[in-house]
Amino acid sequence: MITIIDLGISNIKSIYRGFSVQGFDVRVVTGPDGLKGAESLVLPGVGAFPRAMEILENRGLIEPILNHIDSGRPLLGVCLGMQLLFSDSVEHGLTRGLGIIPGHVVLFPPGRQVPHMGWNGVFQSQKSPIFSGIPEGADFYFVHSYVARPEQRGDVVSETDHGGKFVSAVGRKNVFGVQFHPEKSQRPGLHLLRNFAAM
Amino acid sequence: MLKKRIIPCLDITRGRVVKGINFVNIRDAGDPVEWARKYDREGADELVFLDITATSDNRETLVEVVESVSDEIFIPFTVGGGIRTVQDMATLLKAGADKVSINTAAVRNPGLISEGARNYGNQCIVVAVDVKREKDGFKVYVTGGRHRTDIDAIEWCREAENLGAGELLVTSMDRDGTKDGYDIELLQKITSLVNIPVIASGGCGILSHLYDAIRLGGASAVLAASIFHYGEFTVPQAKAYLSGRGIEIRESV
Repeated sequence: MITIIDLGISNIKSIYRGFSVQGFDVRVVTGPDGLKGAESLVLPGVGAFPRAMEILENRGLIEPILNHIDSGRPLLGVCLGMQLLFSDSVEHGLTRGLGIIPGHVVLFPPGRQVPHMGWNGVFQSQKSPIFSGIPEGADFYFVHSYVARPEQRGDVVSETDHGGKFVSAVGRKNVFGVQFHPEKSQRPGLHLLRNFAAM
Repeated sequence: MLKKRIIPCLDITRGRVVKGINFVNIRDAGDPVEWARKYDREGADELVFLDITATSDNRETLVEVVESVSDEIFIPFTVGGGIRTVQDMATLLKAGADKVSINTAAVRNPGLISEGARNYGNQCIVVAVDVKREKDGFKVYVTGGRHRTDIDAIEWCREAENLGAGELLVTSMDRDGTKDGYDIELLQKITSLVNIPVIASGGCGILSHLYDAIRLGGASAVLAASIFHYGEFTVPQAKAYLSGRGIEIRESV
């Protein structure tokens, strides 16, 4: 069973369908009660970092998410959901994140087209179950203006080139984060969701 | 490297896909969901749906189409036509659209761009610009190309970016329907000025036009309707052609 956290700031329909069309049971929760029995947790999101953190806090979701991770159960952060895993972000002023992966979320360096929007190749820096069976360099769909900078190299799962390399996926034990949108990335995207659901 | 995108565009009215040249001889061309599935299968990078009648009673039907399409395909798609308020945007995004495209409403009320961007993020807001060459420069047209404004198209593109547009969809009305190729000069002027992605539209007749819009015009994506709808070329053919000429393209899977 996959549990998707709906913060109410973005459309979670596609990611829901991405799991359900592949035969996985999915449910959507908005508050902490739904997280108690959750097996695999998905934190999706498009939108602004401070707003998302505010919602997580107001709804009392931060503690249950951290407990979920501590218990060793899998979590997948998608796009903004990946960025929320970090220590902080500079989007609309410095805001503290969930602090699960040490590092910072910053704006793309100058001279690159922002938003980084479209299909781009994902190159795996280390073997990770999340990319199992997905070809090296497969294209995924990205839409974002900020990038995560993990402090520890060991947390980097993949990199992508947009006028220089940036981190496109992270992983730390049972926690995974992808900057791209697997639910909008056709076959490789569905494959990644399947990998996560099978954990 | 970021791939250049190929985007088939579907004109919709009363929940059906229609074909027609310059709004003449419009005829029914089938179910939007079927078309979306076909283009998704062929490896289109994104889709654009334009509601060409965009009346209020049409709106509900459009929302139903957006819902069905989003259930079926796993590539991003944009919906445009008749969007006037942030509430209109909310309805379409909630139904499953990834981006909304605004045109006339943005010209009449530029604050709609920033309001939309603030609510849903810049990446959701596509500003569509219909452009015609005039003696005194490139001018913006509104209401489906029916009314001229005095607004300079190049300046307007820059302003739209500053207001928070995530992308520009630039249509040359001079070239639209001619199959003579995209307006490269227009694209160059815009892409050299703005930092956000520009989608080229209007005039595609042969595959080399796609190449020119990207390589010469600096477009991040190319929109085409008739060359794909009438089966003159398929999306895989377009991709193979561009890839053969050294353009970075997503391999269709």
